[in-house]
Amino acid sequence: MNALEIKDLKKSFGGVDAVKGINFTIQQGEIFGLLGPNGAGKSTTINMIAGVARIDSGSISAFGYDNRRDYRKTRQMLGVVHQEIVIDNFFTIDQALRLHSGYYGVKDDPAWRQLLIDQLGLRPHLGKVMLKLSGGLKRRFMIAKALIHKPRLLILDEPTAGVDVELRHSLWEFVRKINREGTTILLTTHYLEEAEEMCDRVAIMHHGELIAMEQTHELVRRLSNRQLRFWLDSPLQELPLALTEFRPKLKEDGRQLLLNLPAGESAGVLLNRVCELGLKIRDIETDQSGLEEVFLQLTGMKGSNHAP
Amino acid sequence: MPPDPLRTYHPWLPFVTLLRKEILRFWRVSSQTLLTPIITASLYLFVFGATLGNRLSVLEGFSYAQFVIPGLILMGVINNSFANCSSSLFMSRYLGGIVDLLVTPVSPPQFIMAYTLAAMLRGTLVGTVVWLISTLFASLPWQSPLLAILMALLSSFLFAQFGLVAAIFAHNFDTLSMYTNFLILPLIYLGGVFYPISILPAPWGGLSHLNPLFYLIDGFRHAIIGVGDTSYLIAFGVSGGMALGMFCWAAWLIGKGYRLRT
Repeated sequence: MNALEIKDLKKSFGGVDAVKGINFTIQQGEIFGLLGPNGAGKSTTINMIAGVARIDSGSISAFGYDNRRDYRKTRQMLGVVHQEIVIDNFFTIDQALRLHSGYYGVKDDPAWRQLLIDQLGLRPHLGKVMLKLSGGLKRRFMIAKALIHKPRLLILDEPTAGVDVELRHSLWEFVRKINREGTTILLTTHYLEEAEEMCDRVAIMHHGELIAMEQTHELVRRLSNRQLRFWLDSPLQELPLALTEFRPKLKEDGRQLLLNLPAGESAGVLLNRVCELGLKIRDIETDQSGLEEVFLQLTGMKGSNHAP
Repeated sequence: MPPDPLRTYHPWLPFVTLLRKEILRFWRVSSQTLLTPIITASLYLFVFGATLGNRLSVLEGFSYAQFVIPGLILMGVINNSFANCSSSLFMSRYLGGIVDLLVTPVSPPQFIMAYTLAAMLRGTLVGTVVWLISTLFASLPWQSPLLAILMALLSSFLFAQFGLVAAIFAHNFDTLSMYTNFLILPLIYLGGVFYPISILPAPWGGLSHLNPLFYLIDGFRHAIIGVGDTSYLIAFGVSGGMALGMFCWAAWLIGKGYRLRT
Protein backbone atom coordinates (compact mmCIF):
# COMPACT_ATOMS: atom_id res chain seq x y z
CA MET A 1 0.00 0.00 0.00
CA ASN A 2 1.30 3.44 -0.90
CA ALA A 3 1.65 6.13 1.75
CA LEU A 4 0.15 8.65 -0.65
CA GLU A 5 -1.53 8.31 -4.01
CA ILE A 6 -2.50 11.34 -6.06
CA LYS A 7 -4.52 10.91 -9.24
CA ASP A 8 -5.30 13.60 -11.80
CA LEU A 9 -5.41 16.31 -9.13
CA LYS A 10 -6.68 19.69 -10.30
CA LYS A 11 -7.25 23.02 -8.59
CA SER A 12 -7.91 26.48 -9.91
CA PHE A 13 -8.36 29.88 -8.28
CA GLY A 14 -10.56 32.38 -10.07
CA GLY A 15 -10.12 30.68 -13.42
CA VAL A 16 -6.33 30.34 -13.06
CA ASP A 17 -5.17 26.71 -13.00
CA ALA A 18 -2.89 26.29 -10.00
CA VAL A 19 -2.59 22.50 -10.25
CA LYS A 20 -3.21 20.90 -13.65
CA GLY A 21 -3.98 17.22 -13.21
CA ILE A 22 -0.89 15.87 -11.48
CA ASN A 23 -0.26 12.22 -10.61
CA PHE A 24 2.25 10.77 -8.19
CA THR A 25 2.61 8.20 -5.46
CA ILE A 26 4.82 8.08 -2.40
CA GLN A 27 5.85 4.73 -1.05
CA GLN A 28 5.92 3.97 2.65
CA GLY A 29 9.26 4.83 4.22
CA GLU A 30 10.31 7.22 1.46
CA ILE A 31 11.59 10.77 1.75
CA PHE A 32 9.95 12.46 -1.20
CA GLY A 33 10.76 16.01 -2.27
CA LEU A 34 8.27 18.20 -4.10
CA LEU A 35 10.23 21.04 -5.64
CA GLY A 36 9.38 23.97 -7.82
CA PRO A 37 9.68 27.74 -8.12
CA ASN A 38 7.34 30.07 -6.25
CA GLY A 39 3.81 29.74 -7.61
CA ALA A 40 4.45 26.30 -9.08
CA GLY A 41 1.54 24.79 -7.14
CA LYS A 42 3.47 22.94 -4.40
CA SER A 43 1.74 24.52 -1.43
CA THR A 44 -1.66 24.23 -3.13
CA THR A 45 -0.99 20.52 -3.61
CA ILE A 46 0.07 20.13 0.00
CA ASN A 47 -2.96 22.09 1.19
CA MET A 48 -5.22 19.75 -0.77
CA ILE A 49 -3.50 16.70 0.73
CA ALA A 50 -3.86 18.17 4.23
CA GLY A 51 -7.50 19.15 3.70
CA VAL A 52 -6.94 22.91 3.94
CA ALA A 53 -7.82 23.44 0.27
CA ARG A 54 -10.74 21.85 -1.53
CA ILE A 55 -10.07 19.55 -4.49
CA ASP A 56 -11.62 20.58 -7.81
CA SER A 57 -11.20 17.15 -9.36
CA GLY A 58 -9.05 14.06 -9.01
CA SER A 59 -8.34 12.12 -5.85
CA ILE A 60 -5.92 11.87 -2.96
CA SER A 61 -5.60 8.81 -0.77
CA ALA A 62 -3.30 8.24 2.17
CA PHE A 63 -2.58 4.66 3.23
CA GLY A 64 -5.59 3.54 1.21
CA TYR A 65 -8.05 6.08 2.65
CA ASP A 66 -9.65 8.68 0.40
CA ASN A 67 -9.04 12.13 1.87
CA ARG A 68 -12.60 13.29 1.23
CA ARG A 69 -14.67 10.17 1.91
CA ASP A 70 -12.54 8.98 4.86
CA TYR A 71 -11.21 12.39 5.85
CA ARG A 72 -10.94 11.59 9.55
CA LYS A 73 -8.87 8.46 8.92
CA THR A 74 -6.69 10.24 6.38
CA ARG A 75 -5.98 13.15 8.70
CA GLN A 76 -5.10 10.72 11.47
CA MET A 77 -2.34 9.42 9.22
CA LEU A 78 -0.91 12.85 8.37
CA GLY A 79 1.13 15.37 10.29
CA VAL A 80 1.53 18.75 8.60
CA VAL A 81 4.14 21.46 9.17
CA HIS A 82 2.84 24.51 7.34
CA GLN A 83 4.99 27.03 5.57
CA GLU A 84 3.55 29.91 7.58
CA ILE A 85 4.10 29.89 11.31
CA VAL A 86 0.76 28.92 12.83
CA ILE A 87 0.53 29.17 16.60
CA ASP A 88 -2.03 29.85 19.27
CA ASN A 89 -0.76 32.67 21.42
CA PHE A 90 -2.99 31.77 24.37
CA PHE A 91 -1.11 28.60 25.32
CA THR A 92 2.32 27.40 26.38
CA ILE A 93 4.23 24.81 24.35
CA ASP A 94 3.26 22.01 26.72
CA GLN A 95 -0.45 22.91 26.79
CA ALA A 96 -0.62 23.35 23.03
CA LEU A 97 0.97 19.93 22.44
CA ARG A 98 -1.59 18.27 24.71
CA LEU A 99 -4.42 20.03 22.93
CA HIS A 100 -3.13 18.98 19.53
CA SER A 101 -2.97 15.38 20.54
CA GLY A 102 -6.62 15.63 21.55
CA TYR A 103 -7.70 17.23 18.26
CA TYR A 104 -6.45 14.06 16.58
CA GLY A 105 -8.48 11.89 18.95
CA VAL A 106 -5.32 10.56 20.60
CA LYS A 107 -4.97 10.58 24.38
CA ASP A 108 -1.95 12.44 25.68
CA ASP A 109 1.11 10.18 25.75
CA PRO A 110 3.45 11.92 28.24
CA ALA A 111 6.46 9.80 27.27
CA TRP A 112 6.12 10.63 23.57
CA ARG A 113 5.42 14.29 24.32
CA GLN A 114 8.51 14.52 26.52
CA LEU A 115 10.59 12.79 23.84
CA LEU A 116 9.51 15.32 21.21
CA ILE A 117 10.18 18.18 23.61
CA ASP A 118 13.69 16.89 24.27
CA GLN A 119 14.51 15.94 20.69
CA LEU A 120 13.50 19.36 19.42
CA GLY A 121 15.22 21.28 22.21
CA LEU A 122 12.02 22.77 23.60
CA ARG A 123 12.47 21.83 27.26
CA PRO A 124 13.87 25.16 28.51
CA HIS A 125 10.90 26.97 26.96
CA LEU A 126 7.99 24.79 28.08
CA GLY A 127 6.32 27.38 30.27
CA LYS A 128 6.53 30.21 27.75
CA VAL A 129 3.46 31.32 25.84
CA MET A 130 3.86 31.16 22.07
CA LEU A 131 4.07 34.90 21.70
CA LYS A 132 7.38 34.90 23.60
CA LEU A 133 9.09 32.29 21.42
CA SER A 134 11.72 33.11 18.80
CA GLY A 135 11.13 32.22 15.14
CA GLY A 136 13.35 29.14 15.36
CA LEU A 137 11.56 27.87 18.46
CA LYS A 138 8.19 28.37 16.79
CA ARG A 139 9.41 26.25 13.86
CA ARG A 140 10.58 23.51 16.21
CA PHE A 141 7.28 23.64 18.06
CA MET A 142 5.40 23.27 14.78
CA ILE A 143 7.30 20.08 14.03
CA ALA A 144 6.55 18.71 17.51
CA LYS A 145 2.89 19.64 17.02
CA ALA A 146 2.74 17.83 13.67
CA LEU A 147 4.22 14.69 15.23
CA ILE A 148 2.31 14.62 18.52
CA HIS A 149 -0.30 12.12 17.26
CA LYS A 150 2.39 9.86 15.75
CA PRO A 151 1.43 10.28 12.08
CA ARG A 152 2.66 7.84 9.45
CA LEU A 153 3.25 10.55 6.84
CA LEU A 154 4.87 13.83 7.84
CA ILE A 155 4.39 16.71 5.42
CA LEU A 156 6.95 19.51 5.70
CA ASP A 157 6.17 22.58 3.63
CA GLU A 158 9.33 24.71 3.64
CA PRO A 159 10.11 23.80 7.26
CA THR A 160 13.49 25.53 7.23
CA ALA A 161 12.51 28.80 5.58
CA GLY A 162 14.16 31.62 7.51
CA VAL A 163 15.88 29.22 9.89
CA ASP A 164 19.59 29.52 10.73
CA VAL A 165 22.09 26.92 9.49
CA GLU A 166 22.55 25.19 12.83
CA LEU A 167 18.84 24.71 13.42
CA ARG A 168 18.34 23.61 9.82
CA HIS A 169 20.97 20.97 10.28
CA SER A 170 19.44 19.69 13.52
CA LEU A 171 15.93 19.67 12.02
CA TRP A 172 17.04 17.58 9.07
CA GLU A 173 18.87 15.22 11.44
CA PHE A 174 15.64 14.77 13.34
CA VAL A 175 13.66 14.20 10.12
CA ARG A 176 16.15 11.53 9.05
CA LYS A 177 15.82 9.87 12.44
CA ILE A 178 12.03 9.62 12.37
CA ASN A 179 12.22 8.45 8.77
CA ARG A 180 14.55 5.63 9.84
CA GLU A 181 11.96 4.72 12.45
CA GLY A 182 9.32 4.33 9.73
CA THR A 183 7.66 7.71 9.15
CA THR A 184 7.25 8.60 5.49
CA ILE A 185 8.26 12.17 4.63
CA LEU A 186 6.96 14.57 2.00
CA LEU A 187 8.86 17.82 1.91
CA THR A 188 9.23 20.98 -0.04
CA THR A 189 12.30 23.14 0.40
CA HIS A 190 14.00 26.07 -1.25
CA TYR A 191 17.38 24.59 -0.37
CA LEU A 192 17.98 22.27 -3.29
CA GLU A 193 21.25 20.91 -1.97
CA GLU A 194 19.30 19.72 1.06
CA ALA A 195 16.64 18.12 -1.13
CA GLU A 196 19.43 16.37 -3.05
CA GLU A 197 20.94 15.11 0.16
CA MET A 198 17.69 14.19 1.92
CA CYS A 199 15.27 12.88 -0.69
CA ASP A 200 15.08 9.38 -2.12
CA ARG A 201 12.92 10.73 -4.94
CA VAL A 202 12.02 14.19 -6.12
CA ALA A 203 9.28 15.63 -8.29
CA ILE A 204 9.63 19.03 -9.90
CA MET A 205 6.52 21.12 -10.36
CA HIS A 206 6.28 24.04 -12.73
CA HIS A 207 3.18 26.05 -13.65
CA GLY A 208 0.96 23.48 -11.91
CA GLU A 209 2.42 20.47 -13.73
CA LEU A 210 4.93 17.80 -12.80
CA ILE A 211 7.79 18.16 -15.23
CA ALA A 212 10.09 15.55 -13.71
CA MET A 213 9.87 12.78 -11.15
CA GLU A 214 12.39 10.10 -10.39
CA GLN A 215 15.08 8.92 -7.97
CA THR A 216 17.09 11.98 -6.99
CA HIS A 217 20.48 10.56 -8.02
CA GLU A 218 18.99 9.21 -11.26
CA LEU A 219 17.54 12.61 -12.15
CA VAL A 220 20.80 14.34 -11.43
CA ARG A 221 22.79 11.72 -13.36
CA ARG A 222 20.44 11.85 -16.34
CA LEU A 223 20.02 15.57 -16.65
CA SER A 224 23.00 17.28 -15.13
CA ASN A 225 26.05 18.35 -17.09
CA ARG A 226 29.22 16.52 -16.28
CA GLN A 227 32.58 17.89 -17.19
CA LEU A 228 35.88 16.03 -17.37
CA ARG A 229 39.03 18.01 -16.72
CA PHE A 230 42.22 16.41 -18.15
CA TRP A 231 45.62 17.61 -16.93
CA LEU A 232 48.03 16.94 -19.78
CA ASP A 233 51.79 16.22 -19.68
CA SER A 234 52.50 18.47 -22.65
CA PRO A 235 50.41 21.51 -23.53
CA LEU A 236 48.12 21.50 -26.56
CA GLN A 237 48.38 24.37 -29.06
CA GLU A 238 44.96 23.88 -30.58
CA LEU A 239 41.73 22.03 -29.88
CA PRO A 240 41.53 18.53 -31.38
CA LEU A 241 38.80 18.43 -34.06
CA ALA A 242 37.89 14.86 -33.13
CA LEU A 243 36.58 16.08 -29.78
CA THR A 244 34.38 18.91 -31.12
CA GLU A 245 31.17 17.13 -30.10
CA PHE A 246 32.32 17.36 -26.45
CA ARG A 247 32.57 21.19 -26.61
CA PRO A 248 36.29 21.21 -25.69
CA LYS A 249 38.09 24.13 -24.04
CA LEU A 250 41.74 24.70 -23.25
CA LYS A 251 42.98 26.32 -20.07
CA GLU A 252 46.26 26.82 -18.19
CA ASP A 253 48.23 27.52 -21.42
CA GLY A 254 46.96 24.33 -23.01
CA ARG A 255 47.84 22.07 -20.08
CA GLN A 256 44.22 21.61 -19.11
CA LEU A 257 41.57 20.19 -21.46
CA LEU A 258 37.91 20.52 -20.49
CA LEU A 259 35.34 18.24 -22.11
CA ASN A 260 31.59 18.13 -21.52
CA LEU A 261 30.07 14.72 -21.17
CA PRO A 262 26.60 14.49 -22.72
CA ALA A 263 23.77 13.37 -20.40
CA GLY A 264 23.59 9.60 -20.19
CA GLU A 265 27.04 9.10 -21.80
CA SER A 266 29.61 7.07 -19.91
CA ALA A 267 32.90 8.69 -18.93
CA GLY A 268 34.77 5.62 -20.23
CA VAL A 269 33.80 6.40 -23.83
CA LEU A 270 35.21 9.88 -23.54
CA LEU A 271 38.38 8.63 -21.90
CA ASN A 272 38.93 6.15 -24.77
CA ARG A 273 38.52 8.92 -27.33
CA VAL A 274 41.14 11.05 -25.58
CA CYS A 275 43.56 8.12 -25.34
CA GLU A 276 43.04 7.31 -29.03
CA LEU A 277 44.39 10.79 -29.86
CA GLY A 278 47.62 9.88 -28.11
CA LEU A 279 47.32 12.59 -25.48
CA LYS A 280 49.32 11.86 -22.33
CA ILE A 281 47.13 12.36 -19.28
CA ARG A 282 48.67 13.31 -15.94
CA ASP A 283 45.43 13.60 -13.95
CA ILE A 284 41.65 13.64 -14.38
CA GLU A 285 38.98 15.52 -12.44
CA THR A 286 35.23 15.30 -12.90
CA ASP A 287 32.80 18.09 -12.12
CA GLN A 288 29.12 17.31 -11.87
CA SER A 289 26.40 19.90 -11.45
CA GLY A 290 23.74 18.98 -8.93
CA LEU A 291 20.02 19.13 -8.46
CA GLU A 292 20.06 22.90 -8.52
CA GLU A 293 21.45 22.92 -12.06
CA VAL A 294 18.88 20.32 -13.14
CA PHE A 295 16.11 22.30 -11.49
CA LEU A 296 17.10 25.52 -13.21
CA GLN A 297 17.33 23.80 -16.57
CA LEU A 298 13.95 22.10 -16.24
CA THR A 299 12.12 25.17 -15.05
CA GLY A 300 13.82 27.36 -17.64
CA MET A 301 15.08 29.68 -14.95
CA LYS A 302 18.77 29.33 -15.70
CA GLY A 303 20.33 32.70 -16.12
CA SER A 304 17.32 34.51 -14.69
CA ASN A 305 17.25 36.20 -11.32
CA HIS A 306 14.46 34.03 -9.95
CA ALA A 307 15.15 32.12 -6.80
CA PRO A 308 13.80 28.57 -6.89
CA MET B 1 7.01 1.96 11.96
CA PRO B 2 4.77 4.25 14.05
CA PRO B 3 1.74 2.48 15.57
CA ASP B 4 -1.52 2.54 13.60
CA PRO B 5 -3.09 5.89 14.61
CA LEU B 6 -6.58 4.51 13.93
CA ARG B 7 -6.23 2.01 16.80
CA THR B 8 -5.70 4.73 19.35
CA TYR B 9 -8.44 7.00 17.98
CA HIS B 10 -11.14 8.19 20.41
CA PRO B 11 -13.99 9.65 18.33
CA TRP B 12 -15.22 12.11 20.99
CA LEU B 13 -11.81 13.36 22.02
CA PRO B 14 -11.47 15.97 19.21
CA PHE B 15 -14.77 17.54 20.31
CA VAL B 16 -13.94 17.44 24.03
CA THR B 17 -10.49 18.93 23.36
CA LEU B 18 -11.80 21.75 21.18
CA LEU B 19 -14.48 22.53 23.77
CA ARG B 20 -11.83 22.56 26.50
CA LYS B 21 -9.60 24.82 24.44
CA GLU B 22 -12.44 27.25 23.75
CA ILE B 23 -13.33 27.40 27.45
CA LEU B 24 -9.67 27.87 28.42
CA ARG B 25 -9.38 30.61 25.82
CA PHE B 26 -12.05 32.82 27.38
CA TRP B 27 -11.06 31.83 30.91
CA ARG B 28 -7.47 32.99 30.35
CA VAL B 29 -8.61 36.45 29.38
CA SER B 30 -11.47 36.52 31.87
CA SER B 31 -10.87 40.18 32.69
CA GLN B 32 -12.02 40.95 29.14
CA THR B 33 -14.47 38.14 28.57
CA LEU B 34 -16.21 37.85 31.94
CA LEU B 35 -15.32 40.76 34.21
CA THR B 36 -15.90 43.59 31.71
CA PRO B 37 -19.45 42.52 30.70
CA ILE B 38 -20.31 41.89 34.36
CA ILE B 39 -19.12 45.39 35.35
CA THR B 40 -21.08 46.93 32.44
CA ALA B 41 -24.24 45.06 33.47
CA SER B 42 -23.66 46.03 37.13
CA LEU B 43 -23.55 49.71 36.12
CA TYR B 44 -26.88 49.31 34.33
CA LEU B 45 -28.24 47.58 37.44
CA PHE B 46 -27.00 50.40 39.64
CA VAL B 47 -28.52 53.09 37.40
CA PHE B 48 -31.86 51.35 36.88
CA GLY B 49 -32.00 49.47 40.17
CA ALA B 50 -30.61 51.71 42.90
CA THR B 51 -31.40 55.13 41.43
CA LEU B 52 -34.38 55.04 39.05
CA GLY B 53 -35.67 51.56 39.88
CA ASN B 54 -37.96 52.52 42.72
CA ARG B 55 -39.19 55.83 41.28
CA LEU B 56 -40.26 54.55 37.85
CA SER B 57 -42.85 51.98 36.90
CA VAL B 58 -43.64 50.98 33.34
CA LEU B 59 -45.69 47.91 34.21
CA GLU B 60 -48.37 47.82 36.82
CA GLY B 61 -47.51 45.78 39.88
CA PHE B 62 -43.75 45.71 39.22
CA SER B 63 -40.93 48.07 40.03
CA TYR B 64 -38.83 49.30 37.13
CA ALA B 65 -35.91 47.29 38.49
CA GLN B 66 -38.00 44.11 38.35
CA PHE B 67 -38.98 44.96 34.79
CA VAL B 68 -35.52 45.81 33.50
CA ILE B 69 -33.42 43.09 35.20
CA PRO B 70 -34.60 40.18 32.98
CA GLY B 71 -33.71 42.23 29.90
CA LEU B 72 -30.27 43.06 31.30
CA ILE B 73 -29.62 39.40 32.14
CA LEU B 74 -30.57 38.36 28.61
CA MET B 75 -28.51 41.19 27.12
CA GLY B 76 -25.45 39.75 28.91
CA VAL B 77 -26.26 36.26 27.65
CA ILE B 78 -26.76 37.40 24.05
CA ASN B 79 -23.75 39.72 23.81
CA ASN B 80 -21.32 37.26 25.33
CA SER B 81 -22.51 34.24 23.40
CA PHE B 82 -22.09 36.20 20.19
CA ALA B 83 -18.75 37.70 21.19
CA ASN B 84 -17.23 34.35 22.20
CA CYS B 85 -17.95 32.57 18.93
CA SER B 86 -17.32 35.52 16.66
CA SER B 87 -14.03 36.68 18.19
CA SER B 88 -12.58 33.19 18.61
CA LEU B 89 -13.37 31.99 15.10
CA PHE B 90 -12.50 35.30 13.47
CA MET B 91 -9.12 35.47 15.24
CA SER B 92 -8.40 31.92 14.13
CA ARG B 93 -9.20 32.91 10.56
CA TYR B 94 -7.36 36.21 10.76
CA LEU B 95 -4.18 34.87 12.38
CA GLY B 96 -4.21 31.63 10.39
CA GLY B 97 -4.64 29.32 13.39
CA ILE B 98 -7.76 27.83 11.81
CA VAL B 99 -5.43 25.76 9.62
CA ASP B 100 -4.41 23.83 12.75
CA LEU B 101 -7.98 22.65 13.12
CA LEU B 102 -8.67 22.06 9.44
CA VAL B 103 -5.91 19.46 9.20
CA THR B 104 -7.25 17.47 12.16
CA PRO B 105 -10.09 14.93 12.24
CA VAL B 106 -12.39 17.43 14.02
CA SER B 107 -15.64 17.07 12.05
CA PRO B 108 -17.91 20.04 11.17
CA PRO B 109 -20.59 18.97 13.72
CA GLN B 110 -17.91 18.66 16.43
CA PHE B 111 -16.53 22.05 15.42
CA ILE B 112 -19.95 23.73 15.71
CA MET B 113 -20.85 21.94 18.96
CA ALA B 114 -17.57 22.87 20.66
CA TYR B 115 -17.71 26.54 19.67
CA THR B 116 -21.41 26.75 20.53
CA LEU B 117 -21.18 25.11 23.95
CA ALA B 118 -18.21 27.25 24.99
CA ALA B 119 -20.09 30.38 23.90
CA MET B 120 -23.22 29.24 25.76
CA LEU B 121 -21.16 28.60 28.88
CA ARG B 122 -19.70 32.11 28.76
CA GLY B 123 -23.10 33.66 28.01
CA THR B 124 -24.88 31.83 30.83
CA LEU B 125 -22.01 32.51 33.25
CA VAL B 126 -22.32 36.26 32.63
CA GLY B 127 -26.13 36.03 32.79
CA THR B 128 -25.99 34.13 36.10
CA VAL B 129 -23.58 36.61 37.71
CA VAL B 130 -25.71 39.54 36.51
CA TRP B 131 -28.78 37.89 38.08
CA LEU B 132 -26.89 37.28 41.36
CA ILE B 133 -25.80 40.94 41.49
CA SER B 134 -29.35 42.04 40.62
CA THR B 135 -30.66 40.43 43.83
CA LEU B 136 -29.05 43.36 45.66
CA PHE B 137 -31.50 45.71 43.93
CA ALA B 138 -34.72 43.75 43.45
CA SER B 139 -36.18 40.33 43.94
CA LEU B 140 -37.66 38.60 40.89
CA PRO B 141 -40.83 36.50 41.14
CA TRP B 142 -39.49 33.64 38.89
CA GLN B 143 -42.94 32.56 37.69
CA SER B 144 -41.71 29.84 35.27
CA PRO B 145 -38.01 29.24 35.97
CA LEU B 146 -37.71 26.34 33.54
CA LEU B 147 -39.14 28.39 30.67
CA ALA B 148 -36.83 31.26 31.60
CA ILE B 149 -33.78 28.97 31.54
CA LEU B 150 -34.96 27.46 28.26
CA MET B 151 -35.32 30.91 26.67
CA ALA B 152 -31.88 31.99 27.97
CA LEU B 153 -30.32 28.84 26.48
CA LEU B 154 -32.21 29.30 23.22
CA SER B 155 -31.04 32.93 22.96
CA SER B 156 -27.48 31.92 23.77
CA PHE B 157 -27.57 29.15 21.16
CA LEU B 158 -29.03 31.49 18.53
CA PHE B 159 -26.36 34.15 19.08
CA ALA B 160 -23.56 31.59 19.22
CA GLN B 161 -24.64 30.50 15.72
CA PHE B 162 -24.86 34.12 14.61
CA GLY B 163 -21.34 34.64 16.00
CA LEU B 164 -20.04 31.79 13.83
CA VAL B 165 -21.74 33.19 10.73
CA ALA B 166 -20.48 36.73 11.45
CA ALA B 167 -16.91 35.45 11.96
CA ILE B 168 -17.02 33.66 8.62
CA PHE B 169 -18.26 36.71 6.71
CA ALA B 170 -16.21 39.38 8.53
CA HIS B 171 -13.28 40.83 6.58
CA ASN B 172 -11.61 42.53 9.51
CA PHE B 173 -12.13 43.49 13.15
CA ASP B 174 -14.05 46.60 12.10
CA THR B 175 -16.66 44.53 10.26
CA LEU B 176 -16.97 42.28 13.27
CA SER B 177 -17.56 45.18 15.66
CA MET B 178 -20.14 46.57 13.22
CA TYR B 179 -22.28 43.48 13.81
CA THR B 180 -22.26 44.29 17.53
CA ASN B 181 -22.56 48.06 17.38
CA PHE B 182 -24.89 48.53 14.43
CA LEU B 183 -27.02 45.42 14.57
CA ILE B 184 -27.16 43.60 17.91
CA LEU B 185 -27.01 46.62 20.21
CA PRO B 186 -29.78 48.64 18.47
CA LEU B 187 -31.97 45.54 18.19
CA ILE B 188 -31.51 44.82 21.91
CA TYR B 189 -32.23 48.42 22.94
CA LEU B 190 -35.27 48.63 20.64
CA GLY B 191 -36.41 45.10 21.52
CA GLY B 192 -37.95 45.98 24.87
CA VAL B 193 -35.13 45.69 27.38
CA PHE B 194 -35.88 49.08 28.91
CA TYR B 195 -39.61 49.48 28.19
CA PRO B 196 -42.60 47.30 27.30
CA ILE B 197 -43.46 47.42 23.59
CA SER B 198 -47.13 47.88 24.53
CA ILE B 199 -46.51 51.48 25.74
CA LEU B 200 -45.12 52.58 22.36
CA PRO B 201 -47.38 54.66 20.11
CA ALA B 202 -48.27 53.48 16.60
CA PRO B 203 -46.49 52.62 14.36
CA TRP B 204 -43.49 51.93 16.67
CA GLY B 205 -45.26 49.26 18.69
CA GLY B 206 -46.19 47.34 15.55
CA LEU B 207 -42.74 47.80 14.02
CA SER B 208 -41.13 46.46 17.19
CA HIS B 209 -42.81 43.12 16.47
CA LEU B 210 -40.49 42.87 13.43
CA ASN B 211 -37.49 43.00 15.75
CA PRO B 212 -36.42 39.39 16.31
CA LEU B 213 -34.82 40.31 19.66
CA PHE B 214 -38.23 41.36 20.99
CA TYR B 215 -39.41 37.72 21.12
CA LEU B 216 -36.35 36.58 23.08
CA ILE B 217 -36.51 39.42 25.60
CA ASP B 218 -40.28 39.33 26.00
CA GLY B 219 -40.37 35.53 26.30
CA PHE B 220 -37.62 35.57 28.95
CA ARG B 221 -39.25 38.37 30.97
CA HIS B 222 -42.66 36.74 30.64
CA ALA B 223 -41.27 33.53 32.16
CA ILE B 224 -39.75 35.48 35.07
CA ILE B 225 -42.43 38.04 35.98
CA GLY B 226 -45.44 36.28 34.48
CA VAL B 227 -46.44 39.17 32.19
CA GLY B 228 -45.50 39.57 28.54
CA ASP B 229 -46.42 41.46 25.37
CA THR B 230 -46.85 38.22 23.46
CA SER B 231 -47.71 34.59 24.23
CA TYR B 232 -45.18 31.90 25.09
CA LEU B 233 -46.15 30.05 21.93
CA ILE B 234 -45.25 32.98 19.67
CA ALA B 235 -42.13 33.94 21.67
CA PHE B 236 -40.73 30.40 21.72
CA GLY B 237 -41.96 29.62 18.21
CA VAL B 238 -40.25 32.65 16.63
CA SER B 239 -37.08 32.24 18.76
CA GLY B 240 -36.87 28.50 18.04
CA GLY B 241 -37.39 29.11 14.32
CA MET B 242 -34.65 31.74 14.24
CA ALA B 243 -32.28 29.50 16.19
CA LEU B 244 -32.92 26.60 13.83
CA GLY B 245 -32.48 28.78 10.76
CA MET B 246 -29.25 30.30 12.05
CA PHE B 247 -27.93 26.86 13.04
CA CYS B 248 -28.64 25.49 9.55
CA TRP B 249 -26.85 28.48 7.99
CA ALA B 250 -23.80 28.11 10.25
CA ALA B 251 -23.74 24.33 9.74
CA TRP B 252 -23.92 24.72 5.97
CA LEU B 253 -21.10 27.29 5.91
CA ILE B 254 -18.83 25.28 8.19
CA GLY B 255 -19.67 21.96 6.54
CA LYS B 256 -18.76 23.47 3.20
CA GLY B 257 -15.67 25.12 4.64
CA TYR B 258 -16.88 28.45 3.23
CA ARG B 259 -14.11 31.06 3.66
CA LEU B 260 -12.32 28.57 5.92
CA ARG B 261 -10.86 26.23 3.31
CA THR B 262 -9.51 27.71 0.06
